[in-house]
Amino acid sequence: MKNIIHYSTTALCLLFGLCWSLSATAQQTPGAPQSQSILIQGATAHIGDGQIIENSALGFAAGKIIEITTADQVQNNYDQVIDARGKELYPGFIALNATLGLVEIDAVRPTNDLDELGQFIPHIRSIIAYNAESKVVESVRPNGILTAQICPRGGSISGKSSIVQLDAWNWEDAALKIDEGIHLNWPSPYQAGRWWLGEDPTLKANKNYAKQVQKIRDFFQQSKAYLQKTQATTNIPFEAMRSVFKGGSKIYVHASQEKQIVDAILFLHEFDLSQIVLVGGEDAITQVEFLKKHQIPVLINQPHTLPKGEDDDPKTTFKRAAELHDAGILVSIDVRGRMERMNTRNLPFYAGSFAAYGLEKEEAVEMITLNAAKIIGMEDQIGSLAIGKDATFFLSEGDALDMRTNQLSAAYIQGRALSLETHQTKLWKRYLPKVTSNK
Amino acid sequence: MNQTFRGLVAFFLGIGITVAQDYFPTNTQVKTFPDVTYAFTEATIHLDATTVIENARLVIRNERVIAVGNYIDIPSNAIVYSLAGKHIYPGFIELHSNFGISNPKAAPNGGRSAQYTSDREGYYWNDHIQSSYDPKGDFKFDDKQASQLRKMGFGLVNTHRKSGIHRGTSILVAPAAGASDAYRIRRTSVAEHYSFQKSKASRQSYPSSIMGAIALIRQLHADAKWYQPGKTASKDMSIEALQSQKALSKIFETKNSLNTLRAARLGKELGLDFAIVSDGKAYEHLPSLKKLRPTLIVPIDFPKSYPVDDPILAKKITLNQLRYWNQAPSNLAQLAENNIRFAITSAGHSSADEFFKHLRLAVAYGLSKEQALNALTKNPAEILGVSDAGHLRRGAVANFLITDGDLFASETKILENWIIGNRDQLQTKKAIDIDGDYSLELSDQSFRINLKKSTQKLKVEVKKDSLKLNAQGSYKDGWLSISFFENKKTAQLSARIAEAGATIQGKALNFEGKQTAFSLTPLTDTSTQTQKAPKAKSPKTHPVHAVSFPNNAYGWKSLPQPKAILFKNATVWTNEAEGILKNADVQVRDGRIVGVGNNLDANGFEVIDATGKHVTSGIIDEHSHIAASSINEGGQNSSAEVSIADVLDPTDIDIYRNLSGGVTTIQILHGSANPIGGQSAIIKLRWGQDADGLLYDKAKPFIKFALGENVKQSNWQSYSRFPQTRMGVEQVFVDYFTRAQEYSENWDRYRKLSKREQAKTQAPRKDREMEVIGEILDGKRFISCHSYVQSEINMLMKVGDQFGFRVNTFTHILEGYKVADKMKTHGAGGSTFSDWWAYKYEVNDAIPQNAAIMHEAGVVVAINSDDAEMSRRLNQEAAKAVKYGGVSEEDAWKFVTLNPAKLLHIDAHVGSIKTGKEADLVLWDGHPMSVYSRAEKTMIDGVFYYEADQVASQMLAAQQEKQELMQQMLDTQAQGEAAKAPKIKKKREFHCETLDE
Repeated sequence: MKNIIHYSTTALCLLFGLCWSLSATAQQTPGAPQSQSILIQGATAHIGDGQIIENSALGFAAGKIIEITTADQVQNNYDQVIDARGKELYPGFIALNATLGLVEIDAVRPTNDLDELGQFIPHIRSIIAYNAESKVVESVRPNGILTAQICPRGGSISGKSSIVQLDAWNWEDAALKIDEGIHLNWPSPYQAGRWWLGEDPTLKANKNYAKQVQKIRDFFQQSKAYLQKTQATTNIPFEAMRSVFKGGSKIYVHASQEKQIVDAILFLHEFDLSQIVLVGGEDAITQVEFLKKHQIPVLINQPHTLPKGEDDDPKTTFKRAAELHDAGILVSIDVRGRMERMNTRNLPFYAGSFAAYGLEKEEAVEMITLNAAKIIGMEDQIGSLAIGKDATFFLSEGDALDMRTNQLSAAYIQGRALSLETHQTKLWKRYLPKVTSNK
Repeated sequence: MNQTFRGLVAFFLGIGITVAQDYFPTNTQVKTFPDVTYAFTEATIHLDATTVIENARLVIRNERVIAVGNYIDIPSNAIVYSLAGKHIYPGFIELHSNFGISNPKAAPNGGRSAQYTSDREGYYWNDHIQSSYDPKGDFKFDDKQASQLRKMGFGLVNTHRKSGIHRGTSILVAPAAGASDAYRIRRTSVAEHYSFQKSKASRQSYPSSIMGAIALIRQLHADAKWYQPGKTASKDMSIEALQSQKALSKIFETKNSLNTLRAARLGKELGLDFAIVSDGKAYEHLPSLKKLRPTLIVPIDFPKSYPVDDPILAKKITLNQLRYWNQAPSNLAQLAENNIRFAITSAGHSSADEFFKHLRLAVAYGLSKEQALNALTKNPAEILGVSDAGHLRRGAVANFLITDGDLFASETKILENWIIGNRDQLQTKKAIDIDGDYSLELSDQSFRINLKKSTQKLKVEVKKDSLKLNAQGSYKDGWLSISFFENKKTAQLSARIAEAGATIQGKALNFEGKQTAFSLTPLTDTSTQTQKAPKAKSPKTHPVHAVSFPNNAYGWKSLPQPKAILFKNATVWTNEAEGILKNADVQVRDGRIVGVGNNLDANGFEVIDATGKHVTSGIIDEHSHIAASSINEGGQNSSAEVSIADVLDPTDIDIYRNLSGGVTTIQILHGSANPIGGQSAIIKLRWGQDADGLLYDKAKPFIKFALGENVKQSNWQSYSRFPQTRMGVEQVFVDYFTRAQEYSENWDRYRKLSKREQAKTQAPRKDREMEVIGEILDGKRFISCHSYVQSEINMLMKVGDQFGFRVNTFTHILEGYKVADKMKTHGAGGSTFSDWWAYKYEVNDAIPQNAAIMHEAGVVVAINSDDAEMSRRLNQEAAKAVKYGGVSEEDAWKFVTLNPAKLLHIDAHVGSIKTGKEADLVLWDGHPMSVYSRAEKTMIDGVFYYEADQVASQMLAAQQEKQELMQQMLDTQAQGEAAKAPKIKKKREFHCETLDE
C-alpha cells in the first residue's frame, strides 16, 4: 500500500482544477478512464443488498470492483489508497422511469423531445435524444444518482427506454443498455370530466375502456402475427415489437388504479409475456396478493405528491413503499412527477421519506440500488458493491438519504472519477465573492 | 310571428276572466266589463302559516280577496264552490327564476387573445355590470314553464335575466294561464340581481375570478356614490340605473355555500341587504351564518343516493359527499333552528312531484310546517316588499291553492291553483269507479253483467245464465253505454253514473226496440271494495349525521381549545440568542409561551414528555396558494383592488396537510398573472375555524407584484395585453405609482377645501385600486414580488427608489444571488425555493445555493413553497440550504420560521420560542430538518390542531361512518329509490400561474 492521501485534499485539487480549466464550457467533462487501481478504505459501506460493512475496504481497477471487504482483510495491492474514514460509501443510485436529458427547459418548446406523435410507437427510441450534456443531468450527480433509465412519454406505447450512466460525452458513450424495454400506458377504466372546462366532473366508468383495450390487443395480436414469418413489406412499429415477443425485452406497464393493474397484467399474460414491471402503482397495495403471485415488481411513484382523495391519510404517499415491500414485493422508485427532471436529484430523499414511514434505512438504500438493478435486469453489472460489478459508487460525508447529511465528496462511474461540479456550483462560486465582498 | 297569428295567440290565451284592460277599445264585441265573484265555503283556510280558520269562507272578486272568515256574507252574485274537507293555502312565491326571460346570446369566441375592454359606450366600463337591463320588454310567457310552476304551487314568480355580475332588475309575474301579460306582469323593477358569474354576452376578461367580482361590486357601489348625473363629465347609464335601484330588494345568486358567506360579508360591508341564493349546504357553515345573519333563498333539490355497487368507484366518494346526501334534507330545519331567515326556491326541480317530495322530506327532517309555509309565502313576499301576497287576508291578490288535505301530508294533492283569480285545475277528475258484477232485468229476462274499466276501454261481459253474450260498451265523461246481442237482436243501455257503489239507473232500448227504464243492481259492495284506505306514508328519514368543521374526515365535531401544556425535556430551537437548548422545557398557557428553560414547574400544566424530541416554533410559509378559492385576477395588468382575504376556503384539506408538516402560518399570495396582483391574506392554519377565524389579526397589509415571463404572458397564447416585455413591465409600475401619487394629491387638495368649497366641488372619484397602491407609497402596505432574473429585480428596486418605497420581499427571487448586495442595500428580503429550476427560461440560472448566498450577503432569507405538496415538508427544504450552501443548521431553520415572520412583520408575535410570544409550536420526533423526522403535534395559539397519533382513529371513524352511510343508501335503493353518481369536483392545485375557470 502506498500513496495514502487524505481524500478531501485530492477532491479539492481535482474539482477546483477541473472547474478552473473548464470554466469556459457549460458542461462537465467526463472523467478519464480508470488507469490506476484504487482502494477506498475506512468508510461505512452500504452494500445495496441491505448489508452494511463498517470500516470497509473497496478495491476497484479498470472500472470494476475487485474487492469488497473490511479494512483489515484487504487482499490486493493498489496504486492509490483513499482514506475514507467517517464517510459513507454507497453504490450509485439508479433513477427509474426518468426523463433526464429529454427536456432541458420545460417552457421552452425547442428543448422538448419527450413525447412523439402516435399511439403505438414502440419504434421510438429515447436513447438517441438523450442529451448527455444536459445541465439538468449533471445536477443530479452530486446527490448520488449515477445511473438512470431514460423513458419517452405519451401514447399507448410510448416507445423504448434505455439505461444510461450519467458521465458521458454523448448518448452512445452513456448507454449501458439500449432499448431495454417498452412502455405501455394502460387506459383508465374510470373517467371524470374536466369541470373547469365545463365537462361533467362525475367520476364514472370509462365507456370507451373496452374499446381502448381492444386497440392495444389489436396491436399486440397483429404485431405478434407479423413476427411469425418473414414479411415482404416491413412494418416498422411491428418490427419494433420483436424484442418484446422474442428478445426478452421488459414491458413497463404504467398503471395506477387496481383494475388497470389487474387488467394490464392479465392482458400481457395472454401473450405469454412475463418480463413485466408495474410503474406508478398508486393503488398497487389493493392488489398486492395478485402482484405477488405473478411476481410483478413495482416502481412505486415517488412520495412527493399529494394524496388524491380528501379523506386519504395525509401521509399515504409516504407509506406506499413500505406497505408493498412488507408484503413481499420487489420495489423501486418511479421518479415521475411534477418538474420530474429537476426533481430527479431528490431521488435519495424520496427513498429517505419512504424510510421515515416504515422502511428500514438499508431497505430504502436497496430500493434505489440493487432492487432497481434487478428490475431493469442489470443486477450483474450495477446496483451493489460486489466483485465484478461496475465501479459505480460514491462517498458521502453522511447518510445520503437525508438532505441534512447528503454531501458527496467523490463519485465514480465505471471507475472514472467524475466532477461533482455543475452549472449551478459554478454560478455559486462566481457570485458568492462578488455579492459578499462589501460585507 | 306575424300580426294575425299573434292576435290568435292572444285570443286563445285570453279566455280568463280578465279579457282585456277596461279602457281598451273593442272591435269584436259589444264592450263588456268582466266582474266575477267566487265564494269558497266550508274550507279550512290558511290565511298565513300560523292563522288557520276551519269551516271558513273565502270570497274573491276578480283578482282580489274581498272577504275571508267564518261569518262573512256571500254576495248573491258569487259563484259558490263548496270545499268541505279541503284546504286553502296562499299561493307560493318563487324568488329565483328566469321564467320567460331567455339568456343573451354568448359572445363569439374571439381568437386567442383575451378582450380587455368593454363592448359598450355610455355604460359602466365593465360589461358584466348589466344594471341598466330591465327584462320587461323581453318577457315572453311560456306556458310550459308556467304550468310547471303552477303545479309546484307558485302564484308569483320574481324573474330576471341570469347574465352578469349585476344582472339588472327583475319583474314579478303571475304564471296564470288564462290571463294576458297585462295582468300577469304584476310589477316591474322589483329587485336588483347580483351574482359572481360574468355575462356570457361579453368576452371582457375582467373579472376572471370571484375576488375580482367582489372587488368590482365594491367599486361599482363606490362609483354610484360619487357619480352625479349631469355633473360628472361622462355619461354612465349603468350607474344611473343603479342609483335608481337603491330602494329595491337585492337578490344575490351564489352557487356554493362558501360564496354565500362571501356575498353575506360583502353585503354587510356595503350596507346592502342581500337575500342570497345559496346551495343546499348552508348547514355546513352555521357558526358563520349565525354571525352574519343573511337572508337566504334555499333550494331543496336534495341529492339522490349514490350508486355504490362498484366498490372501486364507491371508494372515491368522499365522506363529505356521503354526508351531503344524509345531511341535506335537514338543511332547512337546521337553518330554522338557528333563526336564519330563508325562503325556499324550486330551483333545481323539473317536476312538481319531486318538489313536494323534497318539501315534505324537509318537514320530516324537522322543519315545522309553519316555517315551511312561511318560506314559500310570507318570507319571499317580505323579501320582495310585496304586501298583498303570501297571505289570504282581505285585499290580498287572489293567489291560492286548494288541496285535498294538509299540504305537508305525503298523499295530499293540490287540486287547484288559483292565480290572480284564474283557476287552474291540476287534477283531472277521476271517474267514479263502476267495476264489478251487476244484475239486470230487461225484457223479462235476467242478465248478469261484469264491468271492468281499464285505462282506455271498458270491458263488458254479459251473461244470460251461463251463456255469454256478445257485448260491448264505453264509459266516458260520466256516461255508461252498453250494447249486447242475442239472436241477432240488440239491447242498448245508457246511464249517467252519479255515485259509486249505487244501483245504476238509466234508459234502455230493449230487444224489442222499445225504450224502457233499467237498473243495474250491484251484486257486490263495490264502494267498500274499491275505496282503499289512504296510505299514511310519511317519508323515510335517516338519523342525521353530525356536521364537523370542516365537514370531512379530519374535521372537528367540536373545536379544540387552548391547553396549558408543558413540553418536558426537549431539544428546543428557540431562534433567539439562547440558540438550541438541550433538555429544556417550554410552558404554554392561554395561547402563549409562558416559560422557556430547564426544569420548569409542571404544576397546572399537562406534561408532554419530549425526551429525545425537538420543539420548534411553527413553520411559516411566505408563499402559499392553498386555502383559497381563487388565486389570480388576470383580467387586467393591475388588480390591486382584489383581495385573497375575500375568497378564503377554510375547508381546504391542504390546511390539514400543511399542519401535518408543522406549518402554522402562511401568506396566501395572489398569483403572478399580472405585474400588480392582489392583496394577500396572512392566515394561521386554525383548522375548523371559518374564514374570519383564519385571518391573522397581527398581520400587516401585503400585496403581490410579479415580473418576468408570467406577466408578459410569454408561456401561453396571449398577445394583446400590455406589457409583453420587461421594458413594458417597468412602465406599468411607473404608470400606476404616478397615478396613485396624483390620486392622493387630488384627495389632499379636496380635503383641504373649506366645507363650503367642498359642497360646491365634486369630490374626486374613490378608487380602491389607487388607494391600495397609495398605501405602498405611504409605507402602509408591503410588496411581495414574484421575480426571477437579476435585471427585473434591480429594476423594481430602482422604481422603489424613484417613488420612495422599499420593496419588502422578493419572492422566488431565483437570481437573487446575483444582486444580493443591491438587495441588502435596498433593504429587500428574499423568499426563495430551495432547489427548483429549469422549468422555464428565466430560471435557467436558478441555483440551490441562492438562499445561502443571499443570507451570506446579509439579506433576510426565507424558503417558501408556492406548492401545496412541498409546503408539507418545508423543514426538509430548509435542510437543503445546509446541504447546498453550507448554511448553519440554526440559521437554515430560521429560513422557514423566524425569517418569514420578519418578512411578514409578525416576528414580534411568532417565529421564535420566547416567553410572551404566541404558542405556535411543533413537536418533532427527531431533528426537525431530517428527512426521517415527522411532526407529532402542531400547535397554534396553544391549541393542538394536528396530532399525528389521532390520524389513524380519524380515518377509522371516517371509514365506519362511510360504511354506515352507504348502508343507508343501499336501504333506500332497495326500496326503489333511484341512485345518481355524485358530482366530484376534483381539487385543483393552485400555483402562481393558476387561472380561475
